[in-house]
Amino acid sequence: MISNEPVVTPELAAEHGLKPDEYERIVKLIGRVPTFTELGIFSAMWNEHCSYKSSRIHLRTLPFKTPLVIQGPGENAGVVDIGDGLAVVFKMESHNHPSFIEPYQGAATGVGGILRDVFTMGARPIACLNALSFGDPKNPRTRALVAGVVAGIGGYGNSFGVPTVGGEVRFHRRYDGNILVNAMAVGLAEKDQIFYSAASGVGMPIVYLGSKTGRDGIHGATMASAEFGADAEEKRPTVQVGDPFSEKLLLEACLEIMAKGCVIAIQDMGAAGLTCSAVEMGAKGDLGVTLDLDKVPCRESGMSAYEMMLSESQERMLMVLKPEKEQEAEEIFRKWGLDFAIVGETTPTKRFLVRHGGAVMADLPIKELGDQAPLYERPYVEHAKLPIIDAVSIKPPMRIADALEKLIGSPDLCSKRWVWEQYDHVILGNTVQRPGGDAAVVRINEGPKALALTSDVTPRYCEADPYEGGKQAVAEACRNLSAVGATPIACTDNLNFGNPERPEIMGQLVGCIRGIAEATRALGCPVVSGNVSLYNETNGRAIPPTPTIGAVGVTDFRNTMTLAFKAEGEAILLLGKTRGWLGQSLYLREICGREEGAPPPVDLRAEENLGALVRYLIGSVDRSYVTAVHDVSDGGLLVALAEMAMASDIGAVLVEPQPEIPAHAFWFGEDQGRYVITVRPSLVDEVVRVIENAHVGLHRLGTTGGRVLAVAGERPLPVHELKRRFEGWLPAYMAGHE
Amino acid sequence: MKSAVLVFPGINRERDMARALHLISGREPAMVWHADTALPAGTDLVVIPGGFSYGDYLRCGAIAARAPIMDAVRGFAQSGGLVLAVCNGFQIACEAGLLPGVLMRNSQLRFICRDVYLRVERSDTPFTRGYNAGQVIRVPVAHGEGNYIADGQTIARLEGEGRVLFRYSSPDGMIDPNWNHNGAMNAIAGIINERGNVLGMMPHPENHVEPSMGCTDGRGLFAGLVDHFKLAA
Repeated sequence: MISNEPVVTPELAAEHGLKPDEYERIVKLIGRVPTFTELGIFSAMWNEHCSYKSSRIHLRTLPFKTPLVIQGPGENAGVVDIGDGLAVVFKMESHNHPSFIEPYQGAATGVGGILRDVFTMGARPIACLNALSFGDPKNPRTRALVAGVVAGIGGYGNSFGVPTVGGEVRFHRRYDGNILVNAMAVGLAEKDQIFYSAASGVGMPIVYLGSKTGRDGIHGATMASAEFGADAEEKRPTVQVGDPFSEKLLLEACLEIMAKGCVIAIQDMGAAGLTCSAVEMGAKGDLGVTLDLDKVPCRESGMSAYEMMLSESQERMLMVLKPEKEQEAEEIFRKWGLDFAIVGETTPTKRFLVRHGGAVMADLPIKELGDQAPLYERPYVEHAKLPIIDAVSIKPPMRIADALEKLIGSPDLCSKRWVWEQYDHVILGNTVQRPGGDAAVVRINEGPKALALTSDVTPRYCEADPYEGGKQAVAEACRNLSAVGATPIACTDNLNFGNPERPEIMGQLVGCIRGIAEATRALGCPVVSGNVSLYNETNGRAIPPTPTIGAVGVTDFRNTMTLAFKAEGEAILLLGKTRGWLGQSLYLREICGREEGAPPPVDLRAEENLGALVRYLIGSVDRSYVTAVHDVSDGGLLVALAEMAMASDIGAVLVEPQPEIPAHAFWFGEDQGRYVITVRPSLVDEVVRVIENAHVGLHRLGTTGGRVLAVAGERPLPVHELKRRFEGWLPAYMAGHE
Repeated sequence: MKSAVLVFPGINRERDMARALHLISGREPAMVWHADTALPAGTDLVVIPGGFSYGDYLRCGAIAARAPIMDAVRGFAQSGGLVLAVCNGFQIACEAGLLPGVLMRNSQLRFICRDVYLRVERSDTPFTRGYNAGQVIRVPVAHGEGNYIADGQTIARLEGEGRVLFRYSSPDGMIDPNWNHNGAMNAIAGIINERGNVLGMMPHPENHVEPSMGCTDGRGLFAGLVDHFKLAA
């Protein structure tokens, strides 16, 4: 073979992140010492990020199909039938490690990557969401990370031209060294016009499309598969640079050639770039692939085969084209000013052959590269159950009114307007419900069908009890969809954890997956795509387990419900059962300074019944029983009521209907499976009958009206004052005043 | 009303604009590619929509202003044709010399997407005849560089000749720095050229034309244009 590459040794393999036994497995597999380029290819294919070697065994327990699922996990994105000949295509993916090293570009390319996953399948992106976890606000790096990540997400999505309609932002010191940036993209396609990555046919041209290849992002996926040490800053060169303008052109060009019927298979170049996309196309199609790197459009001269195979330059695609359509496809790409080059062909050999400068740089068995990646059944320990905290044992350190003021002005509960105002959330003209509600609602074309979108997880619950926490993430996502009147149809999961080689971290992963599997089955909301991000750990300190669930529901945009109070004098009702659960609540953390106890359990059967009841009450265009709906989650009941008041500038008079529960536990407990609804006075009796027949738990909390939130026995709180605190914290923090 | 919507690489609100035009005028607009050199015959209204033409990698609008189609647009404007330039379109129109001044970065240096209030200053133009003078409308903005700036003489002329059609205001029509999100001089949100046939504005009336999107205050602009051409016919 070739002479000018470094000699491969076990030490060099170790530097590539391959364990000694993994290197041995490679040598055995190919019967010789790999070339330098081959070593790079193996390290790219066998790292955690691309191979899911620690999580694969457990992920297999997740998917199940409903009749609506067209494509589950394993492709670029999940595909679900939404009727009328249309399908929704979506996925969530992390860009955690790069965003910590270089927040703007890391977050921007995270958005770019997930958008590409969606339009690779033939779907036009119609919405994005982002779930962000940052470190302690007092950590000197946090402010710059928030500013950079938010600007990066906006910078990419705004320019690309997709509305960013929802997501979440949280802060905790355990994310100090490892922030999380989870980006979700949702697209719309014709149901019978979905494109897949499996190549078919021998001798078919493999075409390289999009931007040129540069030296950026080399080993990005390998970097993302390791913990951070003190040298995180030095890894900046592994972060890619995004170009949303090229991506927008790539989108238009891809959709155009797909519509013209030119495409046999398509795969975007994401993690591990050319290597991963070429191997996947061949392996999935049971074909070999030969690449001629001399044909690859390069941004700089003198790039080696190794560099080209590992570059993670953005905005690139690989396609297998129908030979007779080659010219037509090329003309379309030229029109959009994009590179188009035939760089290889499919072969019957099942070998992955890479040529450069006339020499063979790699010759590997293509199936084994993917399928025979190491698979670990890592040891794990189950998490010990934490004690249930009795609310009576928690002495309230302040009055209810004071605690509410403090909570709604706290980093996790305050308004995230400062963030989502930097995202264009109205472009495309279909955003029926904007950020700030329970779920965003995006109309499909001219409607009346619409999609409801949300992302949820409560990491402190997951850490206290991974199984209940996994269940809760799914239950809350489905609750948010039901609250706007949508029926959940499917979800995507983005599993963020620490180092899986530690049994307690592996235990978190296994527990959360078990909870997610059970909840998605019970609630009829299958996982159709997802991503695993492990090694979110710095100097041995892991993030709290954060399995983000991005869920999609279907609704009628004419009848979607919002959380704002609508009028004075309406009855406020609480659906679901309240026990006053303070363990792991934000009240306990923010007001009492304690992060303790078992998290609230999730009764999946009750969740399902309640969700159906709420959707029934929201009803149809012609008949609705309710005027506002809001789910009760972080911060508990009084925080939910305050949010409804602040969204409307209408106050409320409230009483505690269950005096047997201590007041602070009633108003701030985080019991699951609850919604607040408002009902016109004339309909109250009828609504009460309907709810009582459903046996879900019902309490009357009071009446809307006035300009203050008045809890019986407490100082009345002017709504505008609550709003000032709610809206105040984040802008003040970002301006350096907090 | 026959309208033509220009499409430059990186423009991304052309669909929003086409939908609003279709909804209100009842006619599908022609989409005109940047590399074309002529407008469709019989065009009444040219629209330069929003987006990030050429990625805004140079000065916003600077490259699009030099695209082949822009010669035809300049000719069209010189012969009195109506041109509506929104957001990136406004930036392109300024760079193309169709309008004076320049759009700088927002004063707080961040991209902002939110509903803003605009005071309509005049109702006796083809663009604002659907509104009353002094009326306040609510429309979204979505831009990072919408801070209108021009030299003192230009501003004095714009004001003196009544060429400011829209100003950022409070909900009750007061001009107040707290309601001027991007810091534009004199709270300028939209201006016309000397002849009154080219309007450039930062906000997006095309995103507020349907009740389902929460507000229809943007309709007046398009409805007024349709009336204008009806009367002219």
